Parts: sequence; structure tokens; C-alpha cells
Amino acid sequence: MENPVLIFFIFLPFLAAFLIPLLNLFWDQGKTIVLFLVSFVLMLLALIIVINPPQSTQYIPGGWYPVDNIPVGIHLVGDGLSRFMLLIINSIAFLCAIYAIPYVKMFTGQKYFYTLFFLQLAGLNGVVLAGDMFNLFVFMEVTAKASYALVAFGVRKTEIEAAFKYQVMGGLATLFMLFGIAMLYWMTSTLNMADISVVLRNNHAENTNVIHFTQLFFLAGVAIKAAMIPFHAWLPDAHSSAPSPVSAMLSGVVIKVLGIYVILRLFINVFAPSEFLSMVIAVLGGVSMTAGVILAIGAWDLKRLLAYHSISQMGYVLMGIGIGMGVIAGGGSPTTVALTFTGALFHMINHAVFKGLLFLTAGSIEYSTDTLDLRKMGGLARYMPLTMVASFAASMAIAGIPPFNGFFSKFAIIVAAIQGGYHFRAALGLLVGILTLASFVKFQRYAFFGTPRPGVTLKHTPLLMKVSMVTMAVLCLIMSLFIFPEVRAVFLDPAVNTLLETTDYALKQI
Amino acid sequence: MSVIVQKVAQLLSAMIFVFAMYVITHGHIMPGGGFAGGVLLAGSFIVLVLAQGQGYLKLKQQRERTSLLESLSVLLILLLGFSGLFAGSMVFFGNYLPKGQPGELLSAGNIPIYSILIGIKVAATLFTIFLALTIYKEEASK
Repeated sequence: MENPVLIFFIFLPFLAAFLIPLLNLFWDQGKTIVLFLVSFVLMLLALIIVINPPQSTQYIPGGWYPVDNIPVGIHLVGDGLSRFMLLIINSIAFLCAIYAIPYVKMFTGQKYFYTLFFLQLAGLNGVVLAGDMFNLFVFMEVTAKASYALVAFGVRKTEIEAAFKYQVMGGLATLFMLFGIAMLYWMTSTLNMADISVVLRNNHAENTNVIHFTQLFFLAGVAIKAAMIPFHAWLPDAHSSAPSPVSAMLSGVVIKVLGIYVILRLFINVFAPSEFLSMVIAVLGGVSMTAGVILAIGAWDLKRLLAYHSISQMGYVLMGIGIGMGVIAGGGSPTTVALTFTGALFHMINHAVFKGLLFLTAGSIEYSTDTLDLRKMGGLARYMPLTMVASFAASMAIAGIPPFNGFFSKFAIIVAAIQGGYHFRAALGLLVGILTLASFVKFQRYAFFGTPRPGVTLKHTPLLMKVSMVTMAVLCLIMSLFIFPEVRAVFLDPAVNTLLETTDYALKQI
Repeated sequence: MSVIVQKVAQLLSAMIFVFAMYVITHGHIMPGGGFAGGVLLAGSFIVLVLAQGQGYLKLKQQRERTSLLESLSVLLILLLGFSGLFAGSMVFFGNYLPKGQPGELLSAGNIPIYSILIGIKVAATLFTIFLALTIYKEEASK
């Protein structure tokens, strides 16, 4: 069965990306209108397929069909997890897009920004829809290449250096991924993820050494993309020197899709979860969580501080996933597993919203004051009340203060850790929560309170930037509603169920 | 460059160009195809610029045109893929044109058209990169 709506998530952004340079020749406003319309339509489509999931989850381009029960090698899959990711990607992208319309006027060569933005979006949508290793790899590269160029968009010295570093590390990650894919192809002779999973289970159950070897290559590649400590060297530079809407996309969406989503898909749906790997992932998560927040406390550059927090918060998600995998492998109760995965996915969407918002407020501060150094700010509450309220909501959400959304997801992860018998990890989660609060109190204190600098001239924040920030701040509160089972059943449960199926997911796809 | 090099490059450029056309149009029945042919196509222009110097083509003007051609060819590939949704088997990238005899030049449905468009795209991209580098060098030396 076919589900043509899936192809639009890839087709529309590509179309917009290459339409904009042509349109720009004879119509100046065209690119803004295309940016707004296309990202809005994509967000609506994502919302529609989440609320009203289509019957079939597959789409095979090119009119191919399975022969002799051998599944088609290259296809798109839009199951619960993919639809959930599509919602995150496209809604954050829409909010960043409307924020970017006034923001990119600071730069020359705006049409390149719009084109690269859509290329990045197309790549992200492609990664979550890919049902095979080939598409996964290609779309990861599309996203990564667009991101490298976007990081360097300001073409100042630091930005180009950051982009270069990002590119070198990204290239290394690609190499690891490619090697892993080659190992898998050698073992299974297929690229279809569902088929790989079935072949691994039937023919290679005893080959644990080879499978662990392959898994570690994938994990190294993905950990670089997700910037887990000790693979994080590129992230603080890249995320802090990109233009703010791009930072919001990079921190809010890109590291989740290229990092966490690929980990979930590969290590839960394709490979069977094992004790060994769950340990590795949980330790990576715990180390990133703790070290990230300690590095953040010492940072004085606002966007750098936020970038370190991305590492720390992704550590939470990864620790949750590690605990869930550990409980599955140890044969623990399914309710604990469901709770950890719900917590991890909930924290992922929450982090997309509040970290996106924090980067947008940082952009707004930079737009008005031309500085990102916390020591040079002060007393901004009087001049930018709206930015202050938005950033306060996001700060409280990331620090895990009720009733903001961050509290509930962190709480779910910590409760699940206790239920699973991982008391040390639960304690670590609490400690990191307190340190996060400390560093955001520092941000609020230095940026918005205290005495204003004498003789500062502030630029007025444009309306569209305000609209975007207020929407996200409201979302920070509204998303607490996800704790109610009726709301959760629509947004989170389909994604969690995909993960709970583990490798049985493959049998459905074939 | 000396007159000999310039003349030989001019003659060679035409031959490379024709061979590039051959590789692109025979993409569906022969090794090669859009990418390889596109690289050759860009090479035929690059040889000319290398031999004749930067003044031979009005480089900045060309760069505008090549990057436009790049966008246009990708757009056409996407629209051709999209047209598959309305014809034949009703899928994206559907191959709905008549397939013909295998091995003939006019066969394989839509695939030769994709080959040609990819050839244009690759040639335009490579030439744009080359021009960007030459223009950068020209401006840096000033």
C-alpha cells in the first residue's frame, strides 16, 4: 500500500530550496513568501499525519514492488517514531523560519540562507523517513553539508573555524557510519532496515562479536553527530557561532535527528537491545549529562553556555534510552520500559522547544545589544520585557521547575531509573538538574537583572521575532499537558509503541 | 600560455565536449551516465579557461549563469519526478514513458531524461566551483 503524503516532506523542501534562487531574479519578496508558505504547509502536514495517522506506513518511490518475498531495497517508512520526529522537525523549523525572516537581514546573500535552510530541512525529513541504510546515509550527509555551510554563514573568522572543525568531525562520523553500513551489507546483503533486522536475527544470532564490532562503529559515528562527551569538541563552537535561528535548528533538531533518532532506530529496531550496549549508551549519556553541565556553568558566552547545555540535556535522553534498553535486555517489566521511553521522547520534544527558544532569545539579545558576553549585559529586563519573559519560561523549563514541561520529562526519566533499579543514575539526574538551575540563574541574573550598562543603544526587536518567541514560550507551558493520557495517546504513545516492539518492528514492515 | 597550447586546448575542448555529450546520452545503456558525462562537460570548459587565461570568458557573468542553470536543472529533475505522481503507476519518480527495446538509444523510459538533467547539473556545479575559485584568486591578488 502506498502513502504519497510521505514524499511531500522531502519533495517540498527540495523544491523550495531550488526555486528560491530562480525566483530571486525577478521577485524580491518571493523568497520570504516561499519560506513562510512551505514551512507552514510542512508543519500542518506533520500535525495532520500525527493526529490522523494514515493506514499504511510505507512509500516505495519509482513504482518498484517486492518479488519472491524479497522486500524492496529503498523505501520510505513513516511509523509512529518517524511521525513524532516529523512533528518536532517541522514545527521547530516553521518557528525558526519566521524568526529568521527579519533576523537574516543582518547578513548579505540572504537567498543562500533560505536555500541552505530548506536543504537542511529536506535532509532532516529524509533521515527520519528513511526505511533503508542508503537513504539514511545520504540524507544524513545532505543535512550535515547544509549545516556546515549554515554555521559558516556569517563568514567571520571564528565562524569559518567552527564550520571547519564541524566538517572535520562530521567527516569522521560519516566514515564510521559508512564502515558500519558496509559491515552490515556484507553480513546481510540487503540495505532495507527491516530486512537487515530479520536476517540478523535468523542467520547471525551467534555472531555476537561481529555484531558488537559493527555496533561500535555505528555508535562512534552517531555519538559524534549527537556530540556526546568525549566526542563533543565541535558542538560548542559550531552551535555558538551559527546565526541564531540556525543554532536553534542545530541544537533543537539536528543533533536529535542525526544523533538520538538514529540511535533509537538502529539499536532498538534493527539490532536487538543487548546488556553490553545499553551499558555503553547509558554511561555515554551519564558522562555527557554531568560534564556538559559543569562546562556550562563556567561559560561566559551566552550561546556557548546554551550549547553546553544541549550536550547535557541530550545526555538525559541518552541515559533514559540506555536504561530502557537495559531493562529490555534484562527482561524487566514492560511498564518501566514504556516509562523510560516516554520520558526520553518527551524530553526530546521538550528540549527541542525550550532550547530552540533559548537560542532565539539569545539571538534577540544579540540583535539588540550586539554582544553575547554575559559580563557586558545587565538590566535588560527594563528594555526587552518580552524577551525576558520568554527566556525566563525556557530557563525554568530546562531547569525542570514545575509547571513547565521540562519538569515532567525529567521526572519520568528519574522515576524510571529508580524503578529499573539504577539508583546511582537517578541521583545523577537530580544532581544535574540542580546544576542546570544554577547555571540558568546565572544567565538570568547577568543578562536581565542588575544595573544597565551606561550609554547602550538598543535596537528594537522586530515583530516576527517576538511572535516566534512567544509561541515557543506558550508551548513550553502547554506541552506539560502531555502528562494526561488522552493527549499522550495522540502524540507520544505511537512513537513509544514503535520502540517497545523492538525488533518485531521489522516483521510489520515486510 | 603559448599559441600552441592555446590552439590545442581549443581543439581538445571541442572533442571533450562531444565525448561528454556521448557519455551523457548513453547513460542508460553504457557505463558512465549523467555524473561522469557532466564532469567531462565541465572539463571541456575548464581546459579552455586554463589555456586562454581568465580574460577569455567573462567569468563573473558566467558564474551567475552557471549557478542559475544548477538550480534550474535540479528543479526540472524534481518536477519530472513529481510528474510521476500523475502518470503511469502514480508514484514519485515513476517511470511512465514507453520503455522501448533494451540497448537502443531511445529506451528505458524517463531515465535518459534524468541522465541529461543530471549531466547539466553536475557540469554547472563543477564549473561554478572552478569559477568561484578563480574569481577568488583574481580578487585576492588585487
